[in-house]
Amino acid sequence: MTKAGTGTAVAVEAPAVAVRLPRRRGIELALIVVAVLLPVYGYCAVGLARHGTLPPGAAGYGAGLGVLALLAHVAVRLRAPYADPLLLPIGVLLNGLGLVLIYRLDLETPGDRAAPAQLIWSALGAALFTGIVFFLRDHRFLQRYAYVCVAVALALLTLPIFFPAVNGARIWIRVAGFSIQPGEFAKVLLAVFFAAYLSANRSALAYTGRRIWRLQLPTGRVLGPIVAIWLASVGVLVLERDLGTSLLFFGLFVVMLYVATGRSGWIAVGLLLAVLGAVAVARLEPHVHGRIEDWLHPFATADAGQGPGQLAQSLFAFAEGGILGTGLGLGHSVLIGFAAKSDFVLATAGEELGLAGLSAVFLLYGLLVERGYRAGLALRDPFGRLLAVGLASIVALQVFVIAGGVTGLIPLTGMAMPFLAQGGSSVVTNWAIVALLIRVSHAARRQYDGRVAP
Amino acid sequence: MTRHIRHAAVFCALLLAALLVNAARIQVFQAPAYDDHPANRRPAIARYGQPRGDILVGGRPVTGSKDTAGRLRYERTYTDGPLYAPVTGFASQVYGSSLLEDTEDGILSGTDPMLAPFPLVGDLTRARSRGGDVVTTLNAAAQRAAYAGLGARKGAVAALEPSTGRILALVSTPSYDPESLSGNSATVARSWAQLNEDPSKPMLNRATGQTYPPGSTFKVVTAAAALDAGVVRDVDEPTDSPAPYTLPGTRTRLTNESEGCEDAPLRVAFEWSCNTVFAKLGVDVGVADMAATAEAFGFNATDLRVPYAVAPSTFDTTVDRAQLALSAIGQYNTRATPLQMAMVAAAVANGGQVREPYLVERTTTAHGSTVAAAGPRPARQAMRPSTAVRLRELMRNVVEDGTGTNAAIPGVTVGGKTGTAQHGIGNSGTPYAWFVSWAQGGRALEPKVAVAVVVEDAAADRGDITGGGVAAPIARAVMEAVLGTAR
Repeated sequence: MTKAGTGTAVAVEAPAVAVRLPRRRGIELALIVVAVLLPVYGYCAVGLARHGTLPPGAAGYGAGLGVLALLAHVAVRLRAPYADPLLLPIGVLLNGLGLVLIYRLDLETPGDRAAPAQLIWSALGAALFTGIVFFLRDHRFLQRYAYVCVAVALALLTLPIFFPAVNGARIWIRVAGFSIQPGEFAKVLLAVFFAAYLSANRSALAYTGRRIWRLQLPTGRVLGPIVAIWLASVGVLVLERDLGTSLLFFGLFVVMLYVATGRSGWIAVGLLLAVLGAVAVARLEPHVHGRIEDWLHPFATADAGQGPGQLAQSLFAFAEGGILGTGLGLGHSVLIGFAAKSDFVLATAGEELGLAGLSAVFLLYGLLVERGYRAGLALRDPFGRLLAVGLASIVALQVFVIAGGVTGLIPLTGMAMPFLAQGGSSVVTNWAIVALLIRVSHAARRQYDGRVAP
Repeated sequence: MTRHIRHAAVFCALLLAALLVNAARIQVFQAPAYDDHPANRRPAIARYGQPRGDILVGGRPVTGSKDTAGRLRYERTYTDGPLYAPVTGFASQVYGSSLLEDTEDGILSGTDPMLAPFPLVGDLTRARSRGGDVVTTLNAAAQRAAYAGLGARKGAVAALEPSTGRILALVSTPSYDPESLSGNSATVARSWAQLNEDPSKPMLNRATGQTYPPGSTFKVVTAAAALDAGVVRDVDEPTDSPAPYTLPGTRTRLTNESEGCEDAPLRVAFEWSCNTVFAKLGVDVGVADMAATAEAFGFNATDLRVPYAVAPSTFDTTVDRAQLALSAIGQYNTRATPLQMAMVAAAVANGGQVREPYLVERTTTAHGSTVAAAGPRPARQAMRPSTAVRLRELMRNVVEDGTGTNAAIPGVTVGGKTGTAQHGIGNSGTPYAWFVSWAQGGRALEPKVAVAVVVEDAAADRGDITGGGVAAPIARAVMEAVLGTAR
């Protein structure tokens, strides 16, 4: 650990003093009430806009979301009383907003309803959250199972190869009528593995090996396994054509390596590899090549008279929203087509809630990430720090990749907007991420409580 | 490690900032360009997202809207589509709109700012006003009579109220059902192709969009010019005109269909439609005065709107004397829409004043309160009132014992003028049968209706084509319909 930091970093080095930290569970409860009421209000707004009446299920829906949130809150109160009070309400609000948007889009596609399934998955996610908060007493427990995690992660990533491709990507498995995207779960497991391995081999990674120009290369013995596992996971994803997730894994790998070793050279190497990889894939892969063409010329198909593509429709939706939006239920983002509820769900938020609503959503994600980083900064054990950074970075990178894609900032790669998008695996995974962040932040804040030995 | 975690956090913050900046770029700065992109269907969705206002004839809507529950939700329907097609036009989701559907689109679709009680609030909430209604001046009975009168023949009818310019009937046959162009199904494309390929041009609005040589009906204009210019002072004095008449500067001899035209006085010449007399009168009046009178009636005006544009009727002002002689009997380059010839008849009926014709009485909001009403239209003196009095007499004679007896209505004062217009190369085409007239009910203070009828009857035997035989009965039916409802 360096001493260069100030503020919190100084506190890290400071001896424990006999102060009693506020636990702030009351604040969390108040925020959860707000986070439940806002989506219920949105649900009512959709009903009023579309049918002129309150939707019949509004009370039940609000009660369901409220019960889930309260269960999670009770688990936090009992088992992680020092946890950051913002994490859970942000998760509840984003998940509730996602349910409203999907319910709203379901109205346009009466034959294909996604909201009920999403609600079931959200319940499963909340249950998993409760389970993790309740039974995982200390995050350091995970460190012991790093290799189990990576083995399961690789197995999960490999599994979809044996199932047929859906929409050009081989990333789903179908079990009992439910589509599961195992790669989603693998992200968390891989973050756990990276955190464990990197924290164990930090010094060796940073200070051994040959030096080339200004870059200190670690020895193959230390770096080898992690690069191999990373290559395997990215390789599998390229085979499955899930480029969004491989980009995410790559970014996660570089960020965690940089944070663990403190070598800025890794960023240079990472960027170089990313550019090389992107160029190679864009040249060789027609699927990716098309995506880049779409990004550079989103209106090419429209101008050629073949109708606007998904990205063009998405841009139209954002533009229609303007600053204040059309209002929930009053937009036409369903024109985007089959991915409107999943990859492009943000376009509905942009059209119906406007720049104001969209910025609020982005800031919620920003706050979630920031709270993750804050927990990482406050912790003392390297594993916990790296885990918190890794989990927060997953959220940040994922939001950037998909939101940047649907707003034309970067080429589009299929990925789920955390909590917002249709997709059970994604919702469950994100609840797991929030649960782990709760555990980590509980550990981080508890160590300053004078009554508890660190 | 702390420092590097902070670096990573800054990196994440930069990603977030990039997203926010980019979202602002699209939603604020690029938004107008994207909103107006032709491939963006939102304007069309909003436009068809609510029922369209209606076009009313005699207080009843002749249009409707049908909820298809599709993305472009409401489709246009028409009651008696073919009957009112020359007035309503069509409103298609694929092919746009025409005629009143087009010119009154702002009211009908609800975009007209006059429909919103508080325009600024509407801009803020982006709320759309409900479509308003367009109340036409049409007389349903007259419209039906004209349509039934034309039947299977090709032709057109235009009827006006002389004292106001209100259009009472506007019919064109063969017609089409504008409903077949509503919506965006495959059948719409088929109908569109079929209607456009049809050699009888059912979508052509013959009443306002097509000009014909007016033939002898133009003699009303020539007579007005001659009387106004003082070339004829007494309608019963011989006109010193030979029969046949050799066109000035040529050897071409102009003849008549009727006997007794040599030196005939204006009354007789008008009654029996003597070409020779009117050709010579035109030449005697001169091109300047002829053109001035024709233009006072509305010829050569390119800006007539009812409110949709009407094809300009023409009287050539750069002619030699021989061409002037032919122009004066409604041939050569003289061309007129049926509406224009109805205006000529209306001017005679209205003491020499031409009232600009109009089709929209008023527009209303969906709740029926008036948005805009047809104000007084400018009147133009086409001839002296005394000339108009004499012309009324001449036109009455035509119906009482001339070529137009088929238009006579018992107990009603009717004035008319027949016409049989030659056209085609070397006059080879089947002639057009014309009839223009006006009618004044027994106890009415002024004429209530002026009508122009043209029949381009391609199927009939050429010898039978005379305005009196084919067109006059249709005009009579229309006049009876108007007087029957007005009496």
